Amino acid sequence: MDRIPILQMGRALLITIQVDMHDSLAMALEEDLTTKIASTNAKGVLIDISSLEIVDSFIGRMLDNIAAVSRMMDAETVVVGMRPAVAITLVELGLSLSGVKTALNVDRGMSLIQKRLHDYELDDDSQPE
Amino acid sequence: MIASRNEVLAIGSADDVVRVRQVVRTKAIEIGLSLVDQTKIVTAASEIARNTLAYGGGGTATVEVLENGERKGLRVVFEDQGPGIADLERALSDGYTTGKGLGLGLGGAKRLSSEFDIRSTLGKGTRVMISRWK
Amino acid sequence: MLPQILTEHEEDILSEWLKHLTRSTKSAAGRINEADLKSQCRDFLTTLRIAVSEGGSDDIRAGSFQKLRDLLNNISRSRAIQGFTPAETANFVFSLKQPVFERFKKEKATDENVAFGTLVDNLGLYSMEVYQKSREEVIRRQQQEISELSTPVVKLWDGILALPLIGTLDSNRTQVVMENLLQSIVQQTAEIAIIDITGVPTVDTLVAQHLLKTVAAARLMGADCIISGIRPQIAQTMVHLGVELNVVSKASLADAFALALHRTGRMVTRTKSASSSVLSEMQGKPGGMGT
Repeated sequence: MDRIPILQMGRALLITIQVDMHDSLAMALEEDLTTKIASTNAKGVLIDISSLEIVDSFIGRMLDNIAAVSRMMDAETVVVGMRPAVAITLVELGLSLSGVKTALNVDRGMSLIQKRLHDYELDDDSQPE
Repeated sequence: MIASRNEVLAIGSADDVVRVRQVVRTKAIEIGLSLVDQTKIVTAASEIARNTLAYGGGGTATVEVLENGERKGLRVVFEDQGPGIADLERALSDGYTTGKGLGLGLGGAKRLSSEFDIRSTLGKGTRVMISRWK
Repeated sequence: MLPQILTEHEEDILSEWLKHLTRSTKSAAGRINEADLKSQCRDFLTTLRIAVSEGGSDDIRAGSFQKLRDLLNNISRSRAIQGFTPAETANFVFSLKQPVFERFKKEKATDENVAFGTLVDNLGLYSMEVYQKSREEVIRRQQQEISELSTPVVKLWDGILALPLIGTLDSNRTQVVMENLLQSIVQQTAEIAIIDITGVPTVDTLVAQHLLKTVAAARLMGADCIISGIRPQIAQTMVHLGVELNVVSKASLADAFALALHRTGRMVTRTKSASSSVLSEMQGKPGGMGT
């Protein structure tokens, strides 16, 4: 079964969602992510949804779950690349994704995460203890 | 009103939900719905299809292109022989923030559609109709 | 009787009809050339003949008249789009009466006059309906273009967009405008979008809801919105309607811009030689006017 690859970018982890997600894939992603946050001491999680034409309540729940789990492990989640049509539909659906920060693209998302690292006086280059 | 060109899809697995989305998307493009309207009806269909699978024990989705004079529309009817929904009103009004539950998909799907109809009998099954007009 | 007459005397009727048409639509003479007009008339006569021989001449909505209706559909539609007047369009059909009546007289079949007259009237009315619908289509399209033109999204600075709304907003227009804004936010990777409603006289609940939904959608995408220019009357209306604006609101576009600059980490400063620099450029000398 396919699993979604998780890339490491400095103190952040980047996930690009391009395929239609179903239950087992979503579960696998959450597991892999939790493991990797721990092993890399990541402080940020970037989820790129710029390829998604549809975000329904299932995906919304998944994003919220990932954000909640990451937060518990001291990592901030930023969802990037949401398409206008998707945003309009989500608003109509009533999904606020309140536990998640958003940014227009990966660059902006990384800036958000850097800012948080800076706020906590954590240098991006510092090695984990 | 004349309904034409039916396509019946079985919903028995997660892959079928994906297929429903693809077919609805294709038909929506065919009748010339705007990108936002396409997204709305495909998302609504996705919500109901997932419900049909998760709570209805599987079922069918019938996709129809509608014509009312010059106007074109798209209708999807979901049917299952599942346990049915006990409290329809509550199911329709539940917001996302209350967490899991049937209400999640139904209320949202209704807001995303031009027309919405739901019929359910306990122990017999559920039928949901959504449509989007151009 | 009618189908026979149409068959036997088609050429005569056709040329008489054409004469009537070109005589009465002088202003349209340039817009449709004679050859095209002739072929339209010929098609019409042929299709009419077939329709009448198939199903009598009572109900133009019957199946036997489908082809004729389709033909009239095309003709009326193209007339409407090209800008012919309603009279000119209807006249295409109505002017067929005279030649046929004259033919009926010659063939001593004047008892068919009433039936044929009614048929032509119905066909004429049908062509008017089509014309009307087509004109409405044209107007709708023009309205769409106007609404897109009159609400351009403006770039104020890197990453800061402004959407100055002017005029009354209706539900449709607001949706179009808002979708444009969201699209611009993506294209320009804007961090902040300022929606200025100084030029909007009234805002009803529906429009307010659209505004709020747009703000929510922009947030989901990762951009922030500021609303500026809410007039006192609008503020009051919204409060009374129970609309809650959970978005930053500034009195003027200028204030909103200042806030946007601040939020995106920028500052405007005055430089020392600001006032004299223009003059010195004019004189080709640094400093002021000169001693």
